[in-house]
Amino acid sequence: MSDIRWRHKDLLDTAELSASEITCLLDMAERFDEINARPVKKVPTLRGKGVVLFFAEPSTRTRTSFEVAGKRLSADTYALATSGSSITKGESLRDTALTLQAMAPNIIVIRHSVSGAAAFLAERLSCSVVNAGDGRHAHPTQALLDAFTLRRHWKGDMRGKRLLIVGDIAHSRVARSNVFLWQKFGVGVRVFGPRTLLPPGIRDWPVEVHDNLDEALAGVDAVMALRLQLERQQAGLLPDLSEYARHFCIGMRHLEKAAPDAVVLHPGPINRGLEIASDLADSGRSRILDQVAAGVAVRMAVLFTLGMRGTSMQEAFEEPGQGAAGA
Amino acid sequence: MTDDKTCGGHITGPCPERPDGERNTLFLERALVCPGIPGMGGGECDVSARDGKIVACAPHGELEPPPDAERIPCGGKRLFPSFLDVHTHLRDPGREYKEDIGTGLEAAAHGGFGAVMAMANTDPVNDRAAVTAYMTAKAARLHPHGPRLYPVGALTVGLAGKAPAPMGELAAAGCIAFSNDGKGVADTETFRRCMEYAAQWGRIVIDHCEDPSLAPGALMNEGAVSGRAGIPGVPTVAEALHVARDILLSEYLDLPVHLAHISCRQSVELLRFAAERGLKVSAETCPHYLLLDDGLLEGFNAAAKVNPPLRSREDVRALRGAVRDGLIGIFATDHAPHAAHEKEQPLDQALCGFIGLETALPLTYTLVRDGLLNEAAFTRMWHSAPAAVFGIPVNNFAPGDPADFFLFDPDEEWTVCRDTIHSKSLNTPFLGRRLRGRVTAHWLGGRRVV
Repeated sequence: MSDIRWRHKDLLDTAELSASEITCLLDMAERFDEINARPVKKVPTLRGKGVVLFFAEPSTRTRTSFEVAGKRLSADTYALATSGSSITKGESLRDTALTLQAMAPNIIVIRHSVSGAAAFLAERLSCSVVNAGDGRHAHPTQALLDAFTLRRHWKGDMRGKRLLIVGDIAHSRVARSNVFLWQKFGVGVRVFGPRTLLPPGIRDWPVEVHDNLDEALAGVDAVMALRLQLERQQAGLLPDLSEYARHFCIGMRHLEKAAPDAVVLHPGPINRGLEIASDLADSGRSRILDQVAAGVAVRMAVLFTLGMRGTSMQEAFEEPGQGAAGA
Repeated sequence: MTDDKTCGGHITGPCPERPDGERNTLFLERALVCPGIPGMGGGECDVSARDGKIVACAPHGELEPPPDAERIPCGGKRLFPSFLDVHTHLRDPGREYKEDIGTGLEAAAHGGFGAVMAMANTDPVNDRAAVTAYMTAKAARLHPHGPRLYPVGALTVGLAGKAPAPMGELAAAGCIAFSNDGKGVADTETFRRCMEYAAQWGRIVIDHCEDPSLAPGALMNEGAVSGRAGIPGVPTVAEALHVARDILLSEYLDLPVHLAHISCRQSVELLRFAAERGLKVSAETCPHYLLLDDGLLEGFNAAAKVNPPLRSREDVRALRGAVRDGLIGIFATDHAPHAAHEKEQPLDQALCGFIGLETALPLTYTLVRDGLLNEAAFTRMWHSAPAAVFGIPVNNFAPGDPADFFLFDPDEEWTVCRDTIHSKSLNTPFLGRRLRGRVTAHWLGGRRVV
């Protein structure tokens, strides 16, 4: 594991990380993944540190994943309930932030429906802020767990690999954080989706934009299907859901055009039969449940890194190993 | 509003009377009078004024200073006739915590403006004579020598875009023009009827060009920056569609129309079409559209949120070209004060707009420095061009003109901050920046106001 001193207070997006920083996080996640396979999955590393889970948008999976990650590191995690909280009583995000700050947590994990909300908090707070998804902007821990999953599948050999992302790119923070992560590792990203769901300016992104699914699939090493939010159809961006499924749902037959050992990913929760066929989701080509497991390990690495900020990686990492040995 | 009730209904024209009686005589020596003023030629001039009016203006040495005159040595500084800002939001009545007529006009005076037009999106909306009368009376009471306030009446009742406002009553009370600024009028039939009805009262319509159906939930310009950051954007087409609509209606109805805060290349191309056909279409743009682009939003900077939004670099280039070529002939500030807590918000919650009255001259003077405009054209865009469109009397340094003028030092540098800004609010992306060029003295009706 490379020994670097972490220079970021916050984790807001993958775009701000260098390839070696991402590699460092993924290497660390591998070690935490080993710990997660043990009978006793808890290490004392972040004992006495406070992690606030501030989810201002509905989320079960990501919030639970962060909570599990925090608890396995022995951090004290506090979930801020959003329904009935001050957010629905008109308190500004700035005031919510200052209130949270006054409770002196070490890390705030934020999920928010507005692009830039995590950066807004990070600018105003001295504690670390982890972006658990802000609007359409970024979802860095999702992209990191995708990278963790695919790096394993590709046995560490990522350069020259090809990833196809299918679906609603315009509204997807997962797609954005993935595109700008893979760029750093020389992975070719293709995108395919309805033109109404492509973001403006995508032709200038480091991606190949495809209009034909068969061509898009040819030879790819992995396919990532994105969740379709049903409100897109209500907003007039799609004719109807069966039309979408007919043209944009990834099934077993599509993988025949991909590389022989290509796998399929999905950030979840999945709409079976809408963006991913049910048999494919349940097949051996699916890495969806591996992604969930990777999520815990990756989030442990993120919380650990930010929680131990200022400490050298190498020296800091000795501790959980010893702690685990002693457990 | 009650303490001004006695003034309501007595204001017959758009220009409140200045108090007279007190005599004063000024003699400005060695001023560089703007070369746009006929006969001045840009050399050093002397100006004499008495009782609020210009007596004479001539090359230095030709005039005899009156014996009772207050003599003001100008040392070769630039002397401009007071400028006119056709687009402000003074927030009074109803939102006085952002700005009021007193502070707004104070800011105007410091910015070099002798008159401002104030949009109707107050609370209550300026869609009835009582509101108009309140505004003009308060301005006359707090700033008896000026800057003068010319209210713009609501084009539709409550700015709802449905029924035309009572424009006859509003015009009689002193509204200089009509506009739905802030929202625009989505329905073209309504807009057409409003244009016709405003013409009945000799008033021009100012349109906020934005097709709302193209901008659901927009927080910035749609383009590379919004796409990358995942921020909902409004395309330039939303503006250009209504610019095209208004140009075609102007031609069809043979009526003038004024287009507010033009922000994009497509609108400029449509203005070229209108100019080539000689149509009665005038257009304004604001300093920020000529100097800033949507790259400022990359860090989700709500201080840069404004409507129309800051556009792409390509749009900025096109607008600067349009100003150079005269396709856009008017500058305006779109002064839109907001309190700090309304701007320090995530992008979706932050309110749109910048203050502009006190930064406008140094910012637009950069176009003179960049060689896009000469001083005559610069003055025309802030002075005679808007005065001609809206029929507002301004100083041209001819005998009998109002003695409204200011000295401008194009090289004085100052920092935009609480200590230098007279507006109640500080919402400007130029906050903390050093600007070059400053109004150093300002007289309105012969009275020193700055």
